[in-house]
Amino acid sequence: MTAATVTHAPLHPQIAAFHRRQRLKRLALILSAAAFALLVMGLPVIAIVARAFQEGLAVYAANIVEPDTLHAIGLTVLTALIVLPINIVYGIAVAWAITRFRFPGRRILLTIIELPFSISPIVAGLCYLLIYGATGLVGSWLDGWNVQLMFNLTGIVLVSLFVTCPFVARELIPLMQVSGRDQEEAALTLGASGWQTFRHVTLHNIRWALLYGAILANARVMGEFGAVSVVSGNIRGETMTLPLQVQLLYDDYNATGAFAAATVLTLIAVITLVLRSLIEARHPHAS
Amino acid sequence: MALNIQDVTKFYGSNKVLDQVNLTMQKGEFIALLGPSGSGKTTLLRIIAGLQFADGGLLSFDGEDITGTEARLRRFGMVFQSYALFEHMTVAENVAFGLKMRPRATRPARAEIGSRVQALLEMGEIGQLADRYPSQLSGGQRQRVALARALAIEPRLLLLDEPFSALDTKVRKGLRGALRDLQKRVGIGAILVTHDQEEAFEIADRIAIMADGRIEQFDKPENILKAPATPFVAEFLEGLGAWQNAGAGI
Amino acid sequence: MTHVLTTGLVPSGPTRRGARRVLPGFGLTLGISLLFVALIILLPLSGLAFQMAQLGFPDYLNIILSERTLAAFSVTISAAALATVFNATFGLLLAWVLVRYEFPGKRLLDALVDLPFALPTAVAGIALVALYDKSGWMGMLLEGMGLKVAYTWWGIALAMIFTSVPFGVRTVQPVMESLSPDMEEAARTLGARDLQIFRHVGFPQLWPSFITGASLAFARSLGEFGAVIFIAGNMPFETEIASLLIMIRLEEYDYPAASAIAGTILGLALVILILANIAQGRAARHLNGGK
Repeated sequence: MTAATVTHAPLHPQIAAFHRRQRLKRLALILSAAAFALLVMGLPVIAIVARAFQEGLAVYAANIVEPDTLHAIGLTVLTALIVLPINIVYGIAVAWAITRFRFPGRRILLTIIELPFSISPIVAGLCYLLIYGATGLVGSWLDGWNVQLMFNLTGIVLVSLFVTCPFVARELIPLMQVSGRDQEEAALTLGASGWQTFRHVTLHNIRWALLYGAILANARVMGEFGAVSVVSGNIRGETMTLPLQVQLLYDDYNATGAFAAATVLTLIAVITLVLRSLIEARHPHAS
Repeated sequence: MALNIQDVTKFYGSNKVLDQVNLTMQKGEFIALLGPSGSGKTTLLRIIAGLQFADGGLLSFDGEDITGTEARLRRFGMVFQSYALFEHMTVAENVAFGLKMRPRATRPARAEIGSRVQALLEMGEIGQLADRYPSQLSGGQRQRVALARALAIEPRLLLLDEPFSALDTKVRKGLRGALRDLQKRVGIGAILVTHDQEEAFEIADRIAIMADGRIEQFDKPENILKAPATPFVAEFLEGLGAWQNAGAGI
Repeated sequence: MTHVLTTGLVPSGPTRRGARRVLPGFGLTLGISLLFVALIILLPLSGLAFQMAQLGFPDYLNIILSERTLAAFSVTISAAALATVFNATFGLLLAWVLVRYEFPGKRLLDALVDLPFALPTAVAGIALVALYDKSGWMGMLLEGMGLKVAYTWWGIALAMIFTSVPFGVRTVQPVMESLSPDMEEAARTLGARDLQIFRHVGFPQLWPSFITGASLAFARSLGEFGAVIFIAGNMPFETEIASLLIMIRLEEYDYPAASAIAGTILGLALVILILANIAQGRAARHLNGGK
C-alpha cells in the first residue's frame, strides 16, 4: 500500500502493477465522490451566484439595497439577536441541570430536549398556530388581553426558538458530562461563589463548544423557512425574513432579485461552514 | 527449501527499516524472528505475508517468485498480535471465513466446510465454543480461534505475530507447547515474531536475531548460545543464562 | 452540524453523590429549563395532540383517506425512499473517501458535505430550480436525454437528496474511522477480495450507524418543505408533497385537516426513528458479542 519514496532498484513488476491498480482504484473512488459532491452540493451554490450576478454588478447591488430586501435582512438579524441569547441561556441552564444533578425525570428531559430535531418545520409551525394563534388554547386567552403572538415578530422568534433550541444544549451536555464536577467543586471549596465558579471555571471549559453550538443555531435561525413561513403572516415589508423574501421575490417573477437575496444567505452558510471547520480543527473536543 | 528471502529492503520514507535481509527456510521448520522493538521483525513478517511489499529484493516459495503476489493469493495463514477476530461472527464463522471466501470453483460444499471447521476446533480443543462470539472468550481461547482460523485455509506457511504477548505468563507457557505440537502435527513451516528470548529459544528450530533492519545471526538456538556472532547478539542474550542453566535444551 | 447525528446524548448521570447537590444552581437552572421546555416545546406539541383528539377517529380517517391526501403521502414517501437509498449508498462512498484517503481538496469536500445543513432550504430550492428547469445547465443537458426533473417527481426526490446528504455521511464516518485495520488484513490473508472484505468484515460493523443514518435521512425527507416546493411543481395528485398540503389546509384555515396530515407525518417519522433505534441497538449488541 505504502508506495516507496526512496527507490533504489527498480520495483518488482508485479508490485508496480499492484501499486498502479491501487492508485487507479483510489483515483476512481475519489473522483466519483468529488463528482457527486460537486453535482449535488457544489453546482447549486455556483448557480445561485451566477444567477444573482447575471445582469451585472449594478443590478445586483440595486437588488440588495431594495427596501423590502433590506428590511428582510434587518428582521432576520433582529430575530437572531433575540433568539440566540435566549438559546444560550437555556442551553447552559439545561446542560447544568442535567449534568450536575440527578433528579426524577432527568432522562425524559434529555429526550424532550432533542425532540425539536425530529419535528419537521411545517409541523412545528402548525403546532404554534394551534396553541399560540388567535383561536388557539393560549392564544385566544391572550387575545382577550389584546396580545397577539402569531403573524408578527413574536411568532417568528418563538418558532425560531423551537427549531434551534437543541443546538447549544447538545454541544454542551456531552462536554460537561465528561469534564465533570471536580473543578467546580474545587473552586467552591476555595471560597468562590456559585456565580464566580460558573464564570471562571465552567464557562472557561465550555466556551468553544458554546460558540460552536451558537454558530450552528445562528445559521438555522437565519435560514429557517418552513416553520417561519407558517407563523409569519407573510406581510410584505413587515414580517418577511430573508428566506421568505427570497420566496416572495421568486414568486413575483423577480428571479434576479431572489438570487441576489439568496447570496446573502449563502454567504452566511459559507461563513458558518468555515467557522465550523476552524473550530473543529483547533478545538476538536468542542464538537 | 520452502521460503527464500533474498536481499529484501524496505523503507519508511527515507528511513531504512529492512536492509538487504536474507533468510532461507526449510520445509516444516519453525523459525523465530527475535529482536527488540524497531528491529524490523514485524515488517519482515508483513512482507512475507504480502500485507506490505518490499522496495527491493526477492521472495520465493517452493521455487515460485512471490515477491509481488497479493496477500490473498499467497495462502499463508497469519495469527495477528491482536488476533483480529471478526467480532460480529461466531467462532465457527470466524474459522469458516477463509473457506467461504474462496471462488466458487474451489469452495468446499457447505457441509464440508462445517465438518472441517468442527475438526479444526476439536484439534484446538475449543469445539464447545463454536457458537460463542469472540467477546465472550478468554485471551487463550481467542488465540486458539485465531490459530484455527489461520489453519482453515490449509496454509502453505504459518505466520505468527507475537501471538502470546496479550496473554498472562501462566497461560502463555501452556499454549507455547500446544502451538509447537500442533505445528509439528500439521507439518507446515512456521515463522514466529517475538521479542521474548525465552519463547524463541524454547519453541524454534532456528532463530534469526534481528537489529536495525538486519539479521545479526541465524542459527540453531544452541549454536547461537555457544557462539554469538556479534557483540549485539551476546549482549541481547545476556538475560537467557537462567534458561540455559535450567537445562531446557532442545 | 455533525451534532444532529451523534445518537445517544449522554451515557449515564452523575454518581449517587449528586443527590447531595454540592453545586449551586439546581433550582435556577432546572426552573429555566422546565419553563422553556414547557412553553417552547411541550405546549405547542400538545396543541397538535389536542387538535387531533378533538377531531375524532372517523373524521381523521376521512381526511387521511381522501384521494388527494393519499396521493400526497405516496409522492412524499416514495421520493423520500429514493432519496434515502441514494444517500445511504453515496454516504458510504463519501465517508470512505474522507476517512481513507488524503488528497488535495479534501477539506473542501468535507465542508461541502455539511453545506445542506448550513444552506437555508429556500435557497437550495431556488438554486435547484435554476439548475434543473429547462433553461438551467443541468436541465438542458437532461432534457436532451429525454429526462424532465424540474416540476416532476424526480425534482422532489432530488431536493430531498440534497437536504439529507449529511446524514448518510456523518453517521457512518466516525464508525468507519474506528474500524480496525487488523481485521481487514486478517481477511486479506484468508483470501478475501476487497469487495468481500467490505461486505463481510467492514459493512457488518458499519450496519448500526448505517441504519441510523438512513432513518434520519428518511425522517428528514418526509418533512422537508423549503427545498422541495420550488422544484416540485405542486400539482395536486401528482407532485404535491404532504408538507405543502398541510400548508394549503392552513391557508384555508382548515386546522383539523392540517393537523391530521401533520400528525400522521410526524407519527410516521417518529415510528421510523424508534424502529431504527431498536434495530440499531440490536445490531450493536450483536456486534459486541451476542447477548
